[in-house]
Amino acid sequence: MLLIHCPYCDETLPEAEFTYAGEAHIARPADPSALSDEEWESYLFIRSNPRGPHHERWRHLHGCGRFFNAVRDTVSDRFLTTYPAGQPRAALPIKEAAE
Amino acid sequence: MSRYRIAGKGRVDHGAPVRFTFDGRAYAGLRGDTVASALLANGVHLMGRSFKYHRPRGPVAAGSEEPNALIGTRRGPGRFEPNTRATMQEIRDGLEASSQNKFPSLKWDLGAVNDAAYMLFSAGFYYKTFMWPKSFWHRVYEPIIRAAAGLGVAPTEEDPDHYASRNLHCDVLVVGAGPAGLAAARAAAAEGLRVVLVDENAEVGGTLLSEPQAQIDGRPAWDWLAAELEALKALGVRIMTRTTAIGYYHQNLIGLCQRLTDHLDVLPADTPRERLWRVRARRVVLAQGALEKPLVFHGNDRPGVMLAGAAQTYLNRYGVRVGDAPVILTSHDSAWYAAFDLQDAGARVQAIVDLRDAVREELLNEARARGIPVRLSHTVTATSGRLRVSAVRVNPVTNGKVGAGQAIKCDALLMSGGWTPSLHLFSHTQGKLAWDEDRTTFLPALTPEDCVIAGAGRGLWGIAAALRDGAEMGREVAQALGKAGAALAHDVQNDRTGSGVSMKELPTDRNPGKAKAFVDYQNDVTAKDLRLAVREGMRSIEHVKRYTTNGMATDQGKMSNINGLMIAADALGKPAPQVGLTTFRPPYTPTSFGAFAGYHRGTHFELTRKTQIDAWAEEQGAVFEPVGQWRRAWYFPRQGEDMEAAVRRECRQTRASVGIFDASTLGKIEVVGPDAVTFMERMYTNPWAKLGVGRCRYGLLLGDDGFIRDDGVIGRMAEDRFHVTTTTGGAARVLNMMEDYLQTEWPDLNVWLTSTTEQWSTIALNGPNAARLLAPFVEGVELTEAAFPHMSCAECTVAGMPARLFRVSFTGEIGFEVNVPAPLGRKLWETLWQAGQQYGIVAYGTETMHVLRAEKGYIIVGQDTDGTVTPFDAGMGWAVGKAKPDFVGKRGLARPDLVAGTRKQLVGLLTEDGSKLEEGAQIVFDPKQAIPMKLVGHVTSSYHSDAAGRPIALALVEGGHERMGETVHVPMPDRTIAAKITGTVFVDPDNTRLKI
Repeated sequence: MLLIHCPYCDETLPEAEFTYAGEAHIARPADPSALSDEEWESYLFIRSNPRGPHHERWRHLHGCGRFFNAVRDTVSDRFLTTYPAGQPRAALPIKEAAE
Repeated sequence: MSRYRIAGKGRVDHGAPVRFTFDGRAYAGLRGDTVASALLANGVHLMGRSFKYHRPRGPVAAGSEEPNALIGTRRGPGRFEPNTRATMQEIRDGLEASSQNKFPSLKWDLGAVNDAAYMLFSAGFYYKTFMWPKSFWHRVYEPIIRAAAGLGVAPTEEDPDHYASRNLHCDVLVVGAGPAGLAAARAAAAEGLRVVLVDENAEVGGTLLSEPQAQIDGRPAWDWLAAELEALKALGVRIMTRTTAIGYYHQNLIGLCQRLTDHLDVLPADTPRERLWRVRARRVVLAQGALEKPLVFHGNDRPGVMLAGAAQTYLNRYGVRVGDAPVILTSHDSAWYAAFDLQDAGARVQAIVDLRDAVREELLNEARARGIPVRLSHTVTATSGRLRVSAVRVNPVTNGKVGAGQAIKCDALLMSGGWTPSLHLFSHTQGKLAWDEDRTTFLPALTPEDCVIAGAGRGLWGIAAALRDGAEMGREVAQALGKAGAALAHDVQNDRTGSGVSMKELPTDRNPGKAKAFVDYQNDVTAKDLRLAVREGMRSIEHVKRYTTNGMATDQGKMSNINGLMIAADALGKPAPQVGLTTFRPPYTPTSFGAFAGYHRGTHFELTRKTQIDAWAEEQGAVFEPVGQWRRAWYFPRQGEDMEAAVRRECRQTRASVGIFDASTLGKIEVVGPDAVTFMERMYTNPWAKLGVGRCRYGLLLGDDGFIRDDGVIGRMAEDRFHVTTTTGGAARVLNMMEDYLQTEWPDLNVWLTSTTEQWSTIALNGPNAARLLAPFVEGVELTEAAFPHMSCAECTVAGMPARLFRVSFTGEIGFEVNVPAPLGRKLWETLWQAGQQYGIVAYGTETMHVLRAEKGYIIVGQDTDGTVTPFDAGMGWAVGKAKPDFVGKRGLARPDLVAGTRKQLVGLLTEDGSKLEEGAQIVFDPKQAIPMKLVGHVTSSYHSDAAGRPIALALVEGGHERMGETVHVPMPDRTIAAKITGTVFVDPDNTRLKI
C-alpha cells in the first residue's frame, strides 16, 4: 500500500483513499471537431507508457475528491512528486538518474 | 523418557509431558516441542512422502524452511490445516497430526511406483508427455494428474475460527530476534524509539537457542538472553513471537501473521486464531539470519539425512539426539560443531566427511580429542536404507578423481553445504543483490526502502559478529531518526565462527545421469533435471526454474535456490552472478486464507446496500438479486408461484391497473450552479438550454470515444439546478466522470456536483390507474395531462412529505416517480400500498421492470449495450443534439469506424417457432455455413412477454437496421432457431398508453 501526498489536503495518506486516473497533461482539445481523425485518435488513445517517471493523474476520492497530478516511477512504483491539477508539467527529478 | 531424549537437556519442560497422535498413533512429547522434535525424540524420522515420486521423507531442517515434514493438523470439526510444517507446529495436548501424500499408508505407499518410473518424470515431463492425442487431455490426462497432484488435502468444512487484523505504527520494526535482532532492538529502544521486535518462532533468541555454550558478557548465553529480554521489555519494546513477517510492501509496510491459538491445549473462547498486522515502520531492521544449504548427492533425501545445524538445534534446544551413530558430511566448518555436540551428548559419531582437503587445525584437534574419525577430501556417493538411512557410501577424492567407495553404517547423515543469507524480505523491497565470491552467495546491496540488514542476513557468521552488527545497525537507524545513537559492545566467548566452500553436485564415481540427487525436496527436482533443462535450451534461470519447478514449491526455494543456481550456472558455463537469482515474492511462508481474509467473510465480505423499502419487501417474501452492491427485490412470489408465474402476474397487473416499484437505487446527482446548463450541454448528448424548468428529458452520456456510458432521466428543477438520474450500477462512475471533466477540463465552469442517491427514496407508480391513485396525495400539482404532461417534474408535497415528483415511464404506462427524503420512503410506500388496494395494486421487482421496459424497447445500459455501442447503433440518434458545437463523444461519433455501415445495431427479434431465445446467444446469417461460422451479433435481452403474447428479444445484429424483416439464425447446442428482425418496440408503438 503506497502512501500518497495529496497536494490539496497537504497530507500523506494511504493509497486506499485514492484512485488512479490515467496519464496527465493530456488536455481535451478546445475544438474537437477541428481535429483530423489521426489527431483525435492520438488524443483519445495514444499514451506514453514509459519505463520510469510517469506523469499521471490521481484523485483523492475518499478525501477532498480532487484530481491532482503526480510523477510516479513505473519501475520502482514510487511517487516522486505530486502537484495540483492545472500546474505545468513537473520537471523530472534528477535524483533518480543518480541512484 | 523417550528413547532419543536427553534428560534435562534443552529448553523443553521435562516435567510437562504433552500427548498427541501422528497417523493415529499416540506419542508423548514435552512442552516446548514441535511435532518434528517430539517425533524425533521417539525415533520417528519418516514423516511424509514426497510430492512427485512419493519417496519416504523425514525432516531436513528444524525451522520454517522445512520442505519435507509437512503434516495435516486437526482440532475437531472444521479445524483442519494441510501442509503445516512439523518443524514449526508446537505440540499441544490432543493434537491430531497426519502425514501426507501416502496411500494406503506412510510405510507402504502405492504412489511410490512413480519413483521406479523415475526416468519418465524428468524435467518438462508434463509438457512432453501429455501432448497427444489432443482429445486425451481433458478426458484422461487431466483427471489423473489432478487426482495425483497437490500437496496435502484441502479442508472441506467451513473454518469455524475467526481471524483478526490490526494496524501498527512504530519507529523501528526489527524482524528476527536472534542476536543481531536483539542487539538492534536494544540500541534503538535505548534511544527512546518505539520498537517492535518480531520472530516466527515460539520463543526469541534465534541461534542462541541452539548454542548454549556461548558466553556473553560473562554469562551463559541463555542467562544473557533472559536478562536481555527483561531489559528490552523495560525499555518498552513490543516483542511478538509466533509472528512471521510475511511480506515487505511499499514504503515500509510490513505484513505480519501472528499465530495465537494453534499451540494452546484448550482453545480459548473469543480469541482469533491468527491476527494479520499491517505495520508501517519508519525504519526496518531485517535480522532474519541465514539458512543452511543441503548437499546434493545420490540419496540425499532419505529419512535420517538432515542439515547439521538442524541436528544441533534438535539437540541443544529440544534435548533430542537425532541419531546414535551419525555421519557428518560437510563443506563448511559449522557442521564440525554439530559433530562435537552430538558426541558430547552420547552419540557415537561414525565419521566427519569433509569435501575440503584442509580444515582448521583447531577443528581437527577437537575431533581427535573426541575420537571422531575424520575423512578430508572425501565425498558421499550414495546412501542406503529403506525408510531410514542405514549406511552411507564414502569415497576419497584425489585430484578430482573419485576413488573406490566404502560403506559406513550410521542412523543419521548430517550435512552442511554452508549458509545462505535469508534475503526474502529484502527481495520483496526490490532490493538489489550482489554476488560475494568469497562466500559464494548473494548478499544484500541497494534497496529503495528505509531498511537495513544486520547479522547473518548480510553474511556475517557467529554470535559476536551478529551482536556487533545488530548494535551497529540499531545505532544507524536511531541516528537516521534523529537520535544520538550508541552501540553497546558485547564480549562473546566460545563463539563458533567458520568458513566453507559452496558445492554443486558432489563428485561421484557413478553415472551422474542416474543419480537421485535432490536439489528441491518439496518439488522433487534433481540435479539431473536442472542439467537437462539447460541441455534442452533453457538459458535464463527464470526458464530453468519454470521448466523444472525448482524453487516453486511452498518453501519458495529457501534451501534449493543457491544449489540450483550453482548447478545451472555450471551447466551453462557461466559465472553464477551472470545467471542470476529468481525473485522471492510474498508471503515468506505459506499463510492461511483466514489471515488474509480477516474480518471480511460471510456477510462482511462485501457491504450490502439496502433501500428504505427493503425490509418491507423482505416481509412480503420478495426474492432478491444483487445489482452492484445493492440488494434489490427481484420478484414477489405469492404462495405456490414460481418466478415465471410471479413475473407474469406482476406484468399483467401493472399494465391492467397499477404497479408499485422501488426505484431508490437509481443513481442521483444534483448538478447546481450558474453554469449548470452549460455543463449539462457539454456532458450529455442532448440539448438542455431550451429545457424549461419543471420539464425533464431522457439524457444519454457518452465517452469521448462516442460509445454509450450511461443514461437516465434528468429534470430541470430550477434554472441553475438539475436532478440527474443514472443507472443503478453507474452512479459512482458517472459522478467521477463528471468531476473529472469539471475539475480538469472546464475548471472555469461554476458548477457543484453532489451525489444524492441516498438522500432520496424513489417510488415508481406505473399503470393506467397510477394518476388516479397518486393524485389525492399530491399538493401543489394537478395530475392532469394538461397541467403535468409526460416528462414533467415538480417540487411538491406528497402525502404530507416534501417531494420531487417526476412524470416518467420506464414501462410505457402512465408513470410517476416520487422522490421523498430517504427516511420517509417506507411511510410513503405503505401509504400508497394501502390506498392502492382499491385498484388491486401490485408490487413488482426488477425482473418485471426488465420485461416491461423491453416490451417498449427501452434499453438497459450494460445489458443491451456493451461499451462499443453508439446512440445510432442503439437506434437513439434522436437523443443526439446534432446542432450543438460540442459535447463529450461528439467528435468520437465521427470516427471512421463509428460511421461504418456494418456496425452491430440494436433490433428486435421474434422467433419463428415461438420459443424464447437465450440471452447471450450468438447470431449468424447463414446457418448452413461451415464451422467456425461468422458470428454477426448476439441476443442482449430476452423475455416471455404477456403483453405481446409471445417471447420477445433484443439483439445487436450487424447492419440490423437495414435488415428489417429478414431472418437470422441462432445456433444452439441441440438445434438452430430462426428469428425475424423487427423493430425494438413490441407494445403500444404509438405511446397511446402514456396519456392520462
